[in-house]
Amino acid sequence: MKVDLRQVEDAARELYVRALKVLPPDIKEAFARVSRAESDSTAKSILGTMIRNIAVAEQTDNLLCQDTGIPIYSVTIGRGVEVDGALLKDAIRSGCARATKEHSLRSSVVHPITRKNEQTSCGPGVPPIHIDFSDHPDELVIEMVPKGSGSENNSWLRMAIPAEGVAAIKTFVIDCVLDAGGKTCPPTIVGVGVGGTSDLCVALAKRAATRPLGSACADAEGAKLERELTEAVNMLGVGPQGLGGDTTAFAVHVEIAATHITMNPVAVNMQCHSARRASATFTPRGVAYGF
Amino acid sequence: MAHHVLATPVTEAQVRALRINDTVTLEGTLFGIRDANQIALFDKGRETRFDLNGHAAMHTAPNVRRVEPSVEHPTGYAPMCVGTTTSARMERFTRPLLEKQGVRLIVGKGGLGAGSLAAFGERGGAYLAVIGGTAALETTWVEAIEDVDMDDLHPESLWKFRVRGFGPLLVAMDSHGGSLYAEVETRARGNREGALSRLGVVK
Repeated sequence: MKVDLRQVEDAARELYVRALKVLPPDIKEAFARVSRAESDSTAKSILGTMIRNIAVAEQTDNLLCQDTGIPIYSVTIGRGVEVDGALLKDAIRSGCARATKEHSLRSSVVHPITRKNEQTSCGPGVPPIHIDFSDHPDELVIEMVPKGSGSENNSWLRMAIPAEGVAAIKTFVIDCVLDAGGKTCPPTIVGVGVGGTSDLCVALAKRAATRPLGSACADAEGAKLERELTEAVNMLGVGPQGLGGDTTAFAVHVEIAATHITMNPVAVNMQCHSARRASATFTPRGVAYGF
Repeated sequence: MAHHVLATPVTEAQVRALRINDTVTLEGTLFGIRDANQIALFDKGRETRFDLNGHAAMHTAPNVRRVEPSVEHPTGYAPMCVGTTTSARMERFTRPLLEKQGVRLIVGKGGLGAGSLAAFGERGGAYLAVIGGTAALETTWVEAIEDVDMDDLHPESLWKFRVRGFGPLLVAMDSHGGSLYAEVETRARGNREGALSRLGVVK
């Protein structure tokens, strides 16, 4: 299957706008679930406002949140796909800039030293574009996450040591959630990376934070850890917006990688309650949008 | 737990009457402040032609659309998506904002710290929590962008919004030493041990 790069550019544009306006169904369902279960009246009222906002955004065709985030694109290329990788990246970058200009999105991206804003949501190394491969014949998937800074500004890495064991991982996650308080716009999805190298560990935490709710870590030990942490984090009482309540996190997600015999790294990255994402799947039948 | 409808600018007495867990709806003017414009004002000594005395300022950098200047849109900007950003980054600007610019109310999300709470007590200020990430809803409370200053910092310009029925906002920090964030944090840290013991972490 040959991929039309103009369609890729259009999809990159479309994905950014879609992600900012419509929340995925798993997030909406989670809102309904936690709102029913919440016992604190302030927290229940805050969750109600969040749910109302989701409807208002759709009714008024507006963005869910003012923070257009750092746009992140992840591409998965199937076996039978013919595409020029360098041009694919250019097309995604162009689409991202077009979304910003044409829709009139706030460009939230600046040069890290001069702080200059190009007003395109692009800059050196941004948008980050991750490329991976699958054994699907004839399928290319682009996933887009606009990552807000309230949650992203609370990201942590700790190079624990083997002697500290899994207790170090658990303690670290609890302490990160306490330190984040209301700054990450709870209820959050807490992404935990366990193992790997330092950079892989942080990348795993981001992947975990942006995974759909209801999905589980593929590793049995990781899946057990995320269940335990989900329960423990919600015992803290940080609550929606850090104003107290039962609902601190929709879920804790864990992603793992093997690590060195001398290492025990753990990273935490959070996704805010406006857990936005969108995807486009290219097949010989055309382009299908989803989450 | 009283509800207050406040037309801006407000007096010190009106702010002193606010207590945590009260709610507030704002009418009139709301200024948009942010990292870059506060760095400009307080670190670089830039001046603004706006008079913020007695006013409410929200931690924000909105999505706007350029339009033909008109009576409705005098600045040539139409509000598109106006919401709030995390206040914690701007903690050190609270005191100068109150002392140098005369601001009385800060609207934001996630809360401010002990330094801000002290400044609220000394000067007569309060922090009104708006729900972060609910910008589509908040935008319906914004009538117009009345004016803009420091637009070279766009989108981190100093914005002047005209608002109607902006709220309800929760009084989360008051001028009497009350802070819901501090209360919740103390309780949450008190729950740390229980959570760790549930996880089988033995100290």
